[in-house]
Amino acid sequence: MPLPMNKGPIRSSLSSPALITLILFLASSALFSSEASGSAYAPAPILGPGDYPSVKGLSPRLAVWLAAQMHVWFAAFVLAVPIFVVILEFIGMVKKDARYDRVAYEFLRISTTAFSLTAITGGMLLAALIVFYPGLMKYLASIFGPTAIFYALFFLLETAALYTYYYGWKRMAEGRLKLLHLAVGLGLNISGTGLMFVANAWVTFMMTPSGVDAAGVFSGNLWEAVNNHLWSPMNLHRFIANIAYGGSIVGAYAAYRFLGASGEEERAHYDWMGYTASLIAIGALLPLPFAGYWLTAEIYAFSQQMGITLMGGVFAWLFIIQAVIIGALFLAANYYLWCGFGRGAYGEAYLKYVKYIALVVAASFLVWFTPHTLILTPSEARAIGGQYHPYLGPLGLMPAKNTAVNIMLLFTFLSFILYRRAHRRPVAAWVKYGNALQAGLFTAAVANISFLGVYYGYFTNTVYKVASSVPQVATTLFVILACLVIEWLMGRGGKREDFKWGRMPERSQYALILIAVSFTWLMGLMGFVRSAIRQHWHVYSVMKDASGEAFTPSIAYAAKVVSTGTIIFLAIIVFIFWLGGMGQGKEAGKDE
Amino acid sequence: MRLLKFILINLFFYALLKMPGLLAGKPIPSSVITMYMFFIIVTVLLVMTITDEGAEDLFAPARSLLEDPSKAFARNVLFAVLPIVAALSVYYLAAEPAPPFELRSAHPAPPGAVRAYGKVYELDGLENPLRSIEKEDPAAFKEMVREGGEVYFRNCLFCHGAKLDGRGHYAHAMDPLPMPFTGSDTIAQLKESYLFWRIVKGGPGLPREGGPNISSMPAWEDELTEEEVWKVILFLYDYTGNRPRSWKD
Repeated sequence: MPLPMNKGPIRSSLSSPALITLILFLASSALFSSEASGSAYAPAPILGPGDYPSVKGLSPRLAVWLAAQMHVWFAAFVLAVPIFVVILEFIGMVKKDARYDRVAYEFLRISTTAFSLTAITGGMLLAALIVFYPGLMKYLASIFGPTAIFYALFFLLETAALYTYYYGWKRMAEGRLKLLHLAVGLGLNISGTGLMFVANAWVTFMMTPSGVDAAGVFSGNLWEAVNNHLWSPMNLHRFIANIAYGGSIVGAYAAYRFLGASGEEERAHYDWMGYTASLIAIGALLPLPFAGYWLTAEIYAFSQQMGITLMGGVFAWLFIIQAVIIGALFLAANYYLWCGFGRGAYGEAYLKYVKYIALVVAASFLVWFTPHTLILTPSEARAIGGQYHPYLGPLGLMPAKNTAVNIMLLFTFLSFILYRRAHRRPVAAWVKYGNALQAGLFTAAVANISFLGVYYGYFTNTVYKVASSVPQVATTLFVILACLVIEWLMGRGGKREDFKWGRMPERSQYALILIAVSFTWLMGLMGFVRSAIRQHWHVYSVMKDASGEAFTPSIAYAAKVVSTGTIIFLAIIVFIFWLGGMGQGKEAGKDE
Repeated sequence: MRLLKFILINLFFYALLKMPGLLAGKPIPSSVITMYMFFIIVTVLLVMTITDEGAEDLFAPARSLLEDPSKAFARNVLFAVLPIVAALSVYYLAAEPAPPFELRSAHPAPPGAVRAYGKVYELDGLENPLRSIEKEDPAAFKEMVREGGEVYFRNCLFCHGAKLDGRGHYAHAMDPLPMPFTGSDTIAQLKESYLFWRIVKGGPGLPREGGPNISSMPAWEDELTEEEVWKVILFLYDYTGNRPRSWKD
């Protein structure tokens, strides 16, 4: 099948905003660096209300907040998609299956359109920061000025690699050139990831400053400032989250195209694309909570105040919302897999297990979002005798939540195993024992995870309460890997019927769209929390925010802002999908 | 039939959630039941609509009621009854006079620094100065715990109770109720510096997020010495069998 090649408007739309952003960035960093050079080691400035330029009718915080949020959403998407595009291209090359190549290319085209919007929103963010927070920008530039070179370098490399990778797809499709093409894709990912690492250093320094003393005097060791408490956990967390996010957006694109598909072939193609993308999204979502634990543990270790504000204080309820959204994600993912049983010749036989899996996933989900601090009517508070419920109280703690999430992961994986079996039947002589072994592993894992959660969570000292999550995760990962190996061994030479791609109910596609919406909303909400725990500090404990908006907004206000941002972003994404569809139609016409 | 099954399953779970309140007098808060039931209904709906046949069966009665011309009478009755039910439920819910719902942060975030005893304590990194004696001189440590117990029983007993469960003599007259120290969900999750702040500054030192009610806890810096505060903290952990969270956790 010939690859659809789009040589349309991308080149022109990409180059100008990207270059403008780069020029703006370099100019501003040069300006601030030179201004700061005379007082390179001065303490953090003490700002007053007069240090914040006012623009009538515009809230500086709101402007920066929305610009930053839009930029992060687009950036997460464009950093993630090339990662699995390269993986898909590699799989397609090894398997000699053109479907992978086609889908990878389609993924890349969507992300290329989004790349220009990433640059535009990045430029908007930078401009907003320079205009509204010049004092902060001067201080940050005085420390991080040299990193601007790396940022610019990675930016140029990424742009060059993206052009080469995208436009070279057809010309470099065979032999050694294909390998070279893959190498370019790898370069694209390395530069993109490098770009993110540099930006993460600035953001994390504002939360957990290092390389400066209590007055904010820079000691001159740039690496120390970059490698602050949160830099590594933030890098890991964002790297994994970006993959999950990119997968979810591409999955939504496939669902959008599936719902509007005119023929069986198109329907089948987008069904397969949606499945592949959602698999990547959910696959990346599985280890994400553990990267999140590391990030949170580092925040708490750096500052008790930030840690408690984050999870025990004013923002605790946003974590309940987070749990609700992630639980909804898991339900949607399971539903998509359950509906997918119908694609396989043997799927019907496994439908009877769904209600049991649903029961466990839902029960785990309910435990996961049970709040520790309850919203009570006065009569309920009086009847319970305090803020903590005698039966629900233990469910509000992390050990219960760690246990629940691990069990939820295991049973989602069970849905996946059954989904795989919907189109293949293992025929090895020891299948009965293999199944028994898998059942035994699941049972032992659930028992072990529950024991670790209950015993170390409630009956030993606090040190183990957090630490026991590590063996819990190890148990989950071990069972997933062991069961996959057993499945593979049992399935060798087995009977296999191809999935009937396209044979999915339309309502299953809304699950894919729900996953993308949930991810977007979740990122916005939790990004706000992460940033807002600094409270009235620009740079925590070093540089105070003296503007009129130096207060933590209410949860309701934050939720409204993030929800508005989510709607705007998703509207733009739908527009990009629509554009992608237009390009596709044009190419189809050319091919004919 | 399938719709009936859907309704019965959800009613079963609703009854299950109501049971602690009806049987043990410890109701699950209505805010939590609402959240639980929303996701229970969604999950049951998902399970019942995996196949086209299942979805068709589930929605067939509703579709038939809305579309079948022979059911016009039943449809009209429904359209008349639904607004009445909605109006009655709003009337009864609104008619019940009750104070607003309470969302109170039980662990409000501490400030960065506390001024007390003529000094400034940076809470981040602040350790209990007496804790190191636990390993160095266990006998002396035991004595300090005992002295901390004396401080507790002279001053804190009346609210926080003889068993440190938050059920002292005065507890029932207070709102919010005094915190229990037993169990693994209060002091076990906190560093000793947090307790130091709460004891020396009490209710008046709480940030706004500690509301909406006002804690009756006095600011003990006027009554107890710094050493007494640290000793009573040792006692709280020792008596309840908890270990304080450390900076390494």
